[in-house]
Amino acid sequence: MTRLSPSEIWTGIAGAVAVAAAATLPLFDQGYYLSLALNMVMYAALCTAWTLFSGPTHYVSLATAAFFGLGTYAVGLGLDYVPFGALVLIGGVVAAILAGLVGAATLRISGVYFVIFTFGLAELVRQIVSYTQIKLSTKMGLYVFTDFTEKHIYWMLLALTAVIFLTGWLINRSRLGFAMQIIGNDETVARHSGIDTAKLKIILFMISGAFIGMAGAILAPRYAYIEPPAAFNPMISFLVVIMALLGGTRRLWGPLVGVIPFSLVMEFVSARLPNDTSIVIGIAFLVIVYVLPDGITGRLEQLWARLKKTRAEPQPVPVEERA
Amino acid sequence: MTAAALSVNGARKAFGGLVAVNDVSFEVREGELLGLIGPNGSGKTTMLNLISGALKPDAGEIVLFGTRISRMPAHEIARQGVARTFQLVRMLPAMDAEHNVIAGAVFGHQRLWGEQAREAAHELLALVGLRGREHVPVAAMTYIDQKRVELARALASNPRVLLLDEWLAGLNPSELNIGIQLIEQLSNQGRTIIMVEHVMDAIRSLCGRCVVMNSGRKIKEGDVDEVLSDPEVIEAYLGDDDDA
Repeated sequence: MTRLSPSEIWTGIAGAVAVAAAATLPLFDQGYYLSLALNMVMYAALCTAWTLFSGPTHYVSLATAAFFGLGTYAVGLGLDYVPFGALVLIGGVVAAILAGLVGAATLRISGVYFVIFTFGLAELVRQIVSYTQIKLSTKMGLYVFTDFTEKHIYWMLLALTAVIFLTGWLINRSRLGFAMQIIGNDETVARHSGIDTAKLKIILFMISGAFIGMAGAILAPRYAYIEPPAAFNPMISFLVVIMALLGGTRRLWGPLVGVIPFSLVMEFVSARLPNDTSIVIGIAFLVIVYVLPDGITGRLEQLWARLKKTRAEPQPVPVEERA
Repeated sequence: MTAAALSVNGARKAFGGLVAVNDVSFEVREGELLGLIGPNGSGKTTMLNLISGALKPDAGEIVLFGTRISRMPAHEIARQGVARTFQLVRMLPAMDAEHNVIAGAVFGHQRLWGEQAREAAHELLALVGLRGREHVPVAAMTYIDQKRVELARALASNPRVLLLDEWLAGLNPSELNIGIQLIEQLSNQGRTIIMVEHVMDAIRSLCGRCVVMNSGRKIKEGDVDEVLSDPEVIEAYLGDDDDA
């Protein structure tokens, strides 16, 4: 729990190498592939942040669009007055505050209601932002003019993803991470062992929401012109859930395994079947939930466990001998 | 006479029209092993749930070493030093024995972490008879071994009061002997224990004093031999009005 095991050190080195390699991509291409990679890093950040909370608690949050949009709007509103870096942090803080309020109100209720509530919340925030904007100004959206090009956004998102992974790893090693594991196993045992389950779930939801808000803030310059339907697009919430579940939410790096193939599929689908994207996403969601309930990584772990078991127990002992 | 470790004063809990615990009061002294007995449905488990905070009493109060715990949430009561086992054994199924016990050591009355928590867990697993089985997944363990793990987890918080909810239920005769010896050992070490139990032999051999409940009320309290030969208690167990 305190010292680094060799496997952790190797995972850390492998992760650092992967991030460094990914960071060199804009040196080779600044067009289509960078754009595709930017999408992947965006969903890698969002799905990993989402899984920080939803993985251990099994609460499916559809509030991703709300946190994301708040981050985007923090940049849209503040860009003329505050440095960009500070706005990214503000976006994170605002999203965390919203997550805290939502968590305090809903995390005591059961899973299904939480899904509906978070979905409704994202829509509510979008409507409030639209309404306020129409009342206070004549424009529907906000312009975000910066000197950032796609490669800058890509690097910033990559750095954010690395920070999210590092945070997730630190949480897993901490009392908070162990407490979440216990809650995921049996919440009653958790409470009677002295764990303030409601408080810890809220803290984790806030951390997750903050990172999603920061991702939204970093992506604001990519849109150049932001308006509520794009910033609070519910499709973001759905895609994050689908990709994270496809990869598997039991491991920190699980969602990543879903993000890479699904981004490629989405790229293909949106190019070939632009009008049927929602249908494809819907079908993909059903297939994933039915065929791979524990995601790709979960399935691989099951297969691995079965393989080890058959090797470890070569011959079953006959019943008479056991008795 | 030693001080009261835990006192229950006029506790009441109703579920709709059914009063599961009705104006019950008793005390456990420090280092005492108190039996809480009664026919099925008499409110014993509800009483333990009130003490451990799984349920909130409608009236009355519960005091642990001078601190009123009856309005606290369950996790706060655990931190104050009340640990429990469950009538149907509750494991953390995805973890091994060691981590099931560490779970009790990290967040409860005694907040250990890292090597200290691991050492405490190994000592307790040895105490309950599971030395060398620390890394066995609890899902692969037998019922009695799971019960041992659960007991070790409760002890890992170094509780000031330990609640055992039919910990001996479901054990075969030889396991029962081991179980009784284990509880006796804990009691001899000075643990304050309240045990809900149906196994009368265990109550006779372990407890000095016991409280008898029937239909939500305390009907008797006192020395075990005296209480168990009391006509009202025998009536409660053998009578036909106990199927509530």
